[in-house]
Amino acid sequence: MDNTALSALLAATMIAGTPILFAAAGELLAERSGILNLGVEGMMLVGAAFGFICTLSTGNHWLGLLAALAGGGFMASIHGLITITLRGNQVVSGLALTIFGSGLSGFLGKSYQGAPMLFKFESLHVPVLGNIPFLGPVLFRHDPMVYLCILMAAAMWYLLYKTRWGLTIRSVGENPQAADAVGINVGRVRFLCTIVGGMMAGLGGAYISLVYAPTWQENMTAGRGWIAVALVIFALWNPSRAIIGAYLFGGIEALTFRLQTMGIHISSFFLAMFPYIATIVVLVLVTIRRRQDAGAPEALGLAYDREER
Amino acid sequence: MLKLKLIRRENESTMARLIVPVLSIIMAFGCGWIFLALSGYLPAVVFAKMFNGALGSPYAISETIVKAVPLMVAGLAISLAFRMKLWNIGAEGQIYMGAFAASGMALALGNGSPYVIIPIMMIAAFAAGALWGLVPGLLKAYWQVNETIITLMLNYVAIYWVDYLVFGPWKDPNSMGFPLTPIFSPAAQLPTWGDSRVHLGLLLAGIIAIVFYLVVQYTRWGYEVRVMGESSQAAKYAGMNVAKNIMLVMMVSGGIAGIAGMIEVAGITHRLQQGVSPGYGYTAIIVAWLARLNPFAIIIVAFLFGALLVGGFAVQIVGVSFSITQILQGTVLFFLLAGEIFLRYRLVLAREEAV
Repeated sequence: MDNTALSALLAATMIAGTPILFAAAGELLAERSGILNLGVEGMMLVGAAFGFICTLSTGNHWLGLLAALAGGGFMASIHGLITITLRGNQVVSGLALTIFGSGLSGFLGKSYQGAPMLFKFESLHVPVLGNIPFLGPVLFRHDPMVYLCILMAAAMWYLLYKTRWGLTIRSVGENPQAADAVGINVGRVRFLCTIVGGMMAGLGGAYISLVYAPTWQENMTAGRGWIAVALVIFALWNPSRAIIGAYLFGGIEALTFRLQTMGIHISSFFLAMFPYIATIVVLVLVTIRRRQDAGAPEALGLAYDREER
Repeated sequence: MLKLKLIRRENESTMARLIVPVLSIIMAFGCGWIFLALSGYLPAVVFAKMFNGALGSPYAISETIVKAVPLMVAGLAISLAFRMKLWNIGAEGQIYMGAFAASGMALALGNGSPYVIIPIMMIAAFAAGALWGLVPGLLKAYWQVNETIITLMLNYVAIYWVDYLVFGPWKDPNSMGFPLTPIFSPAAQLPTWGDSRVHLGLLLAGIIAIVFYLVVQYTRWGYEVRVMGESSQAAKYAGMNVAKNIMLVMMVSGGIAGIAGMIEVAGITHRLQQGVSPGYGYTAIIVAWLARLNPFAIIIVAFLFGALLVGGFAVQIVGVSFSITQILQGTVLFFLLAGEIFLRYRLVLAREEAV
């Protein structure tokens, strides 16, 4: 493989990793607060549809991103209402959200099927750095969303591990009874994390319809929401590991499209399995070794009821 | 100050158990009605079309049954695991593995007696689905690895495995590039009812439901499964082997879902193809939940959801997207999950205590 091909592959990796990282960072926040939301795929699709339709009708892609935030947040609030306020089953609610989101986005996007995105994000060309051979095109010539997404994931890490809020969020996810006892409003923290998580999934979806594709296709997220769910576990609920994982999984996605041209003789289907198998292996190893610092939040997936102590 | 408060019930309310699912369906269709009206359609026309397309003629009903059969079988499979509070959301992958194994047998055995080939396909499908359930079951039983995540991840492994086969080694050379295997010999196809596509799988679904009911209700093992679902601690103290039963339940659950895959390839497609299950494994979770895990209710709810699928195709004629079906499915489940709080809690108006 020559340098140009490798540089193109790595640049494509940055793009492919972006929607996954957006969604995974959001899901990570929700899971840290104890809410498992398997509706990521649905929230991404609604974000993608809202973002696409709003951008096309207003001509402003920033407004489109706002619409995507609203769409993802709206979807997540349904999950919050059911699982937090009404203490419903998180697994089933998340699946319902995915089915509903797939339907809603398909319904709204019907007349846009295959329409090209006319308003595109301009790629930045970072002065000086962008001119470095090889590294320039790989790292410094992308659209602003690519950098925004890394910033958000890094901010998420800072929030969770270096601030009081982060401590509050983690305590709610680990031991809601104790958090409640010290006066934290468990429901409110969880609701907030779930909604912010949904908004980030919406952004991830919009990135696909506005920048990556850039068009509208029914079910265009094509399973990336599930990859994001896998990534949260693969990253062991740590945003900094999620950044690395997102580009690893993104790199695999970029590679599947280039296998033939690069003369590599593995079936792309086996490559596509990799994120899921890797996640299984990581989850199994961590659970067996019971690493305290790296496991799932203790109260993940459990509804909190004050009277049940 | 008066405030609404939730008070925990001693026992699940029997009234609520019946009313909540029925009301959920009605309210979801009410929401669909408003949604369609807001989108500029005539809801009455759309729903009439949907009803006619799904149930309006013998042909329509036969197509609804065709779609309902895999939902029945997969719904039964899921409900067994759910009874033990094992969140097997891997029916989709187990269906694919069953379809894969059954197809492998059909293609390898070629022509022969259907009385030999069909049972072999069924056993192979059960074994492949059971294996796909055993992996998360084993991990759960011995190391408490979260079965929800493992079953979910395994779905994609199974789907890509089938994709690999139908795009690669098993592809029909005469398929003009389509991802399909060659068609099975007649001996590997399930007999159908008259001219319709309704096949033997329907009878099989009924048998599974009856056996399921008898086993869960009247055998010692069924009793153990129910106890372990209530409390694994209590089960342990009573001397039940929880680990063994987790593996067994996940195996049987996966195996039955595998049969759903076999039924689909042997009864409908008569070959393995890409997307052999368009999400039956996920829809079946809604079915099982809506039926509150009761085997006979699963048969009825699966029929309703089959109707929703077929009706969704029918409304495309009046320009409405098939997506309306998914919107309705999701909304039914939202209302159901939200309404379930009334099974466990009572809503009362209480005086707010002064703090």
